[in-house]
Amino acid sequence: MAVETPARPPERQFGALRPAEYAEVCRRLGRDPSPAELGMFGVMWSEHCAYKHSRAALRRLPVKGHGVLRGPGENAGAIDAGGGLAAVFKMESHNHPSAVVPFHGAATGVGGIIRDVLAMGARPVALLDSLRFGPPDDPAVAPLIHGVVAGIAAYGNSIGVPTVGGELRCAPCYRANPLVNVACLGLVPADRIATSRAAGPGNAVVYLGARTGRDGMQGAAFASVELAGNPQDRSAVQMGDPFTGKLLIEATLEALATGAVVAIQDLGAAGLTCALSEMSARGGVGMDVDLQKVPRREEGMAPEEVLLSESQERMLLVVEAGREEEVLAVARRWDLPAVVIGRVVAEPVLTVRDGGRAIVTLDPRYLTDAPVYAPDAAPPAYLEEARRFDASSLPAHDPAEALLTLLRRPGTASARWVFRQYDHMIQTNTVVPPGGDAAVLRLKDAAPRGLALSVDGNGRSSYLDPYVGGMLAVLEAAQNLACAGARPAAVTDCLNFASPERPEVFWTFTQAVDGIARACEALEVPVVGGNVSFYNEAGEGIYPTPIVAMLGRVDDVGRHARPGWSGVGDLVVLIGGGVPALDGSEYLDAIHGRVAGRLAEPDLPAVARTIRYVREAVAAGLLASAHDCAEGGLAVALAECCVVAWQDASARAAAPAGPGARVTLRGAGRPDVALFGEAIGRVVGSVPAGRMPDLLNLARRLEVPVQVIGRVAGDRLVVTADGSPAGRPLLDVSVAALARAWDPIVEEA
Amino acid sequence: MTIGIVVFPGSNCDADTVHALRDVLGQDARDVWHQETSLDGLDAVILPGGFSYGDYLRAGAIASTSPVVRALRGYAAAGGPVLGICNGFQTLVETRLLPGALLPNAAGEFRCRHVRVRVERTDTPFTGALREGDVLRIPIAHGEGRYYVTDRERARITLARQIAFRYCDAGGHVTPEANPNGAIDNIAGVASASGTVLGLMPHPERASEAIVGSADGLRIFESLVRWIRTRERAAVPSMPAAASEDR
Repeated sequence: MAVETPARPPERQFGALRPAEYAEVCRRLGRDPSPAELGMFGVMWSEHCAYKHSRAALRRLPVKGHGVLRGPGENAGAIDAGGGLAAVFKMESHNHPSAVVPFHGAATGVGGIIRDVLAMGARPVALLDSLRFGPPDDPAVAPLIHGVVAGIAAYGNSIGVPTVGGELRCAPCYRANPLVNVACLGLVPADRIATSRAAGPGNAVVYLGARTGRDGMQGAAFASVELAGNPQDRSAVQMGDPFTGKLLIEATLEALATGAVVAIQDLGAAGLTCALSEMSARGGVGMDVDLQKVPRREEGMAPEEVLLSESQERMLLVVEAGREEEVLAVARRWDLPAVVIGRVVAEPVLTVRDGGRAIVTLDPRYLTDAPVYAPDAAPPAYLEEARRFDASSLPAHDPAEALLTLLRRPGTASARWVFRQYDHMIQTNTVVPPGGDAAVLRLKDAAPRGLALSVDGNGRSSYLDPYVGGMLAVLEAAQNLACAGARPAAVTDCLNFASPERPEVFWTFTQAVDGIARACEALEVPVVGGNVSFYNEAGEGIYPTPIVAMLGRVDDVGRHARPGWSGVGDLVVLIGGGVPALDGSEYLDAIHGRVAGRLAEPDLPAVARTIRYVREAVAAGLLASAHDCAEGGLAVALAECCVVAWQDASARAAAPAGPGARVTLRGAGRPDVALFGEAIGRVVGSVPAGRMPDLLNLARRLEVPVQVIGRVAGDRLVVTADGSPAGRPLLDVSVAALARAWDPIVEEA
Repeated sequence: MTIGIVVFPGSNCDADTVHALRDVLGQDARDVWHQETSLDGLDAVILPGGFSYGDYLRAGAIASTSPVVRALRGYAAAGGPVLGICNGFQTLVETRLLPGALLPNAAGEFRCRHVRVRVERTDTPFTGALREGDVLRIPIAHGEGRYYVTDRERARITLARQIAFRYCDAGGHVTPEANPNGAIDNIAGVASASGTVLGLMPHPERASEAIVGSADGLRIFESLVRWIRTRERAAVPSMPAAASEDR
């Protein structure tokens, strides 16, 4: 049929496309695009939807592995969780919307990632978030933090999906461009994973969910440019309605249970445009739909607006011909709009009508197969200077004062003030709540199996060495899982970077991807999904910030460990052979105000052995507690073990203070390096003396260094170095003082 | 014995409550859709937690006008046991089946954490297996849980022994520090004068298995099951007492 091709308005000739891209569109179509088609190409070929700068690099990530049921390319990845269950998970960014409208930006970030999991047929069972902000004492930043946290809470709590973990860190580079990355886990019987491949000519295309409004216009395109502080950016942010989101979860799962749904996808970025084109393209079929049938919230919307709207809480379904009523009845029961808006056609042609008039007629693959770019890459100029750092030049600093300062920093401090605002217990699966190294969930339908989740990323490390930073994100997540007793199983990532069109940014991106790939290969953990967020710059660029969410399997959720000391008199052990250094450390940044240093490349086989060792020791019940040594080094890890135990003890009203620990470091060099130096591959544990022989046997078998460094005792953390004058500890602080610094909230529980 | 759990649009603790009753306690439990108008045959009705109708007006306000709640008035008037948990408590207060109001938390924020509550009244269907002064560790998860009554009403419900649970510390002391939301008199749960209608802010269904942190909440459901069984025995005098097990 004929498509009207009106005269091009000179200003908007290429829409969001580059001139060369516009020419490519014309070449593929054999004509100029209609306005509606131009709008579709504009969003589908945006960075956000097309991954045009990142696709080539992402191919280097390992995607195959044991138990992978769905890898990248679907709405979310899926792995075998055991017991006939599939674990579906995915992480995505909502950075720009959260910068402009913190509450709704963050809230819709939660809603969006939930629908990705829902589109796999899975019930969402857990959320985690990774947040980055400017310094919290900055008057411009504080409302941003509170808005984002409140938005996540408002949406997640209302829809009844627990937020079981996450992290929050602050650095000046995130002041105007915060990062809001949200991961979601869902569960579905492995034989009932849904697909987004449209199929079956004559089958109905069904719109399900909230009415379409003008909110979120061009959101995908908005995510693909630098923040410039334009007031009209607000219109690119969607408004979330968690109540409708909750109804949509129930209605969608009930609709899928009818067996009449052939394919499903959520209406997320680029709205109907994306779902229509991707579902058709994946299935190798076409669709013929009429926009006039789409339920609308406002009058007078142009067809292009309906096509591009990113209104929340909507799904697109392909339903078996003749069984439409079964799905529509489900929607009626949940009081949600649901309408047949068209049919699947055999020929791979997407026809979009506005009533009688066809405004789009094209092969959907034209939209989904965007050009791929290989931008220039070059190491950033700052690196040389930043790596020229000599720790021996640092002035001495009082260790006790430094420790208390570190404990107060966002990123090392307890995040309880955040997660007590999130419902982290609903669905009654949360075995280890937020605050542990990794969250642990039980699987009610596959007891005693469980799943563990952790999100990690360190922008400062990636700034100094994106390759090592990418590795560290993976290794830290795996180490956190091991401390909880879980076996790493799969990764989903969120890669937050500034503009890829700048060679130095693109270089950091490819380096980070390579680092993630190398670490995943070493651990034999596949990447099953992810998201790239470019153009994170408002004036200055952010640190390169790859965030990794890792999912692990737990054979028996009864066998897990937590960070806090378990029993007075237990031995304190340091597991792993990493060599601590101050380069790029939290200590260097917090105490000396420097972000500098040369990061050592992790010894991957050694770290992998440590991770396996910790997991096996926890699963065998040998370790009474286990805690990852991360930011702040050994001193902060020891302090956290004391405080977490103290908080539990106070809950039992058993121990008014303590338990603390007495630790002696052998062969330690500079006190600041020994106490606050950082190295991947170190875990602090505690063990009843009687289990020590077994722990050492396991250490010999797996070739992991394990040393007894002290004992759980008293109500103070006392660290001594052997060789230092007798009775003169490096550090001697009461547990109460540590607790006041790390988590000032006093609550009976 | 069948216990009905009402499902409003936006309820999100319905499945957790069914799980505690059915999978943990082994009792019959079934969903009751918000448009059902008869509660005949149910031995107890539970209004679960959640955000009924999004709580967009006031928590529980819209739910209180639903068809099932109209039926619930008659059910409660006839002495049927009704338990409202969190949003269910809010709904019972909006319905005026229970006195007082639930205001936004004093902190102005949602709170999710374990708290301790002291049992103040044991002659209700939900507390019969407990002793006065028992301390239970149960989580809260709410943004509008600050119980409020006027001074006059407070005197009346105190005299009528309608205060069923109070927030307390681990030693059972009712202290300001143990109050998570600023509730008047640390009130966590309120019963009707007869005791057959109970509302409480903490979530017993989330404290029904040790693996998720506490099994103390189960004792509330166990009380209910025991109460129903006792009533069944009383209603069928010919049934030999030994034939029905008492937990």
